[in-house]
Amino acid sequence: MAETLRFHYDVDGDNFTSAGAASVEVKRKLRQVGFPTETIRRVSIAMYEGEINMVVHARGGSADVYVEPNCITIVLADRGPGIPDVELAMQEGYSTAPDNIRALGFGAGMGLPNMKRYTDEMKIDTEVGKGTTVTMKVYVS
Amino acid sequence: MKIRQIANLLNADVLCGDALLDEEAHSACGSDMMSDVLAYVKDQAVLITGLVNPQVVRTAMMMDMRCIVFVRGKRPTPEIVALAGENHIAVLVSAYRMYEACGTLYANGLGTEA
Repeated sequence: MAETLRFHYDVDGDNFTSAGAASVEVKRKLRQVGFPTETIRRVSIAMYEGEINMVVHARGGSADVYVEPNCITIVLADRGPGIPDVELAMQEGYSTAPDNIRALGFGAGMGLPNMKRYTDEMKIDTEVGKGTTVTMKVYVS
Repeated sequence: MKIRQIANLLNADVLCGDALLDEEAHSACGSDMMSDVLAYVKDQAVLITGLVNPQVVRTAMMMDMRCIVFVRGKRPTPEIVALAGENHIAVLVSAYRMYEACGTLYANGLGTEA
């Protein structure tokens, strides 16, 4: 694998049932390339939590994944409400998800903390009323 | 512990994954919150939950799990079972409550092996 592989996905904001489909696809592709299991798991969990966040909070968005031999970069961009207080949103257990999302097994305030936990670098660019872009990097161990 | 033994101990119906029944599981995770499951990777092969929706299967896929046990007699839809089957995850349904299911498996050695 000499050059960067790039995958693009539109994340449907109206369909909780299909949320995570892009992450499943990325996981499958990374397996084909032959990355270590642990690396693949970290990438797919972080992206999955991000995908769920976009569906729950931002009516969907886009996911771009850049695959290089030693680094995988995930860029999740939405035009949702933005995050007013990023530091607060990063705290484990803090959630603004509605009750119907909790009933589906998410909204425990673990999404962003999990994304940080499983990646080597995470950057959040957000503006209230405009949207949020989360960029995550996982270095291949 | 083999998945077959898990099914026997929990008096569970096997909805899919007959071919996986002889696979070994060394640990399990019991939760209705999928984000909590995703927070702690410890190579658990079995997810025990009372939550029924497709994200349960996706969570299990992300964690490379081999078996989902739906407790409290919750029956997943055919779509959920199909999604699990396509991804080589066994689906069990037990009438046990979460506490009883986890306790029974733990008392029989699942998750206590060195």
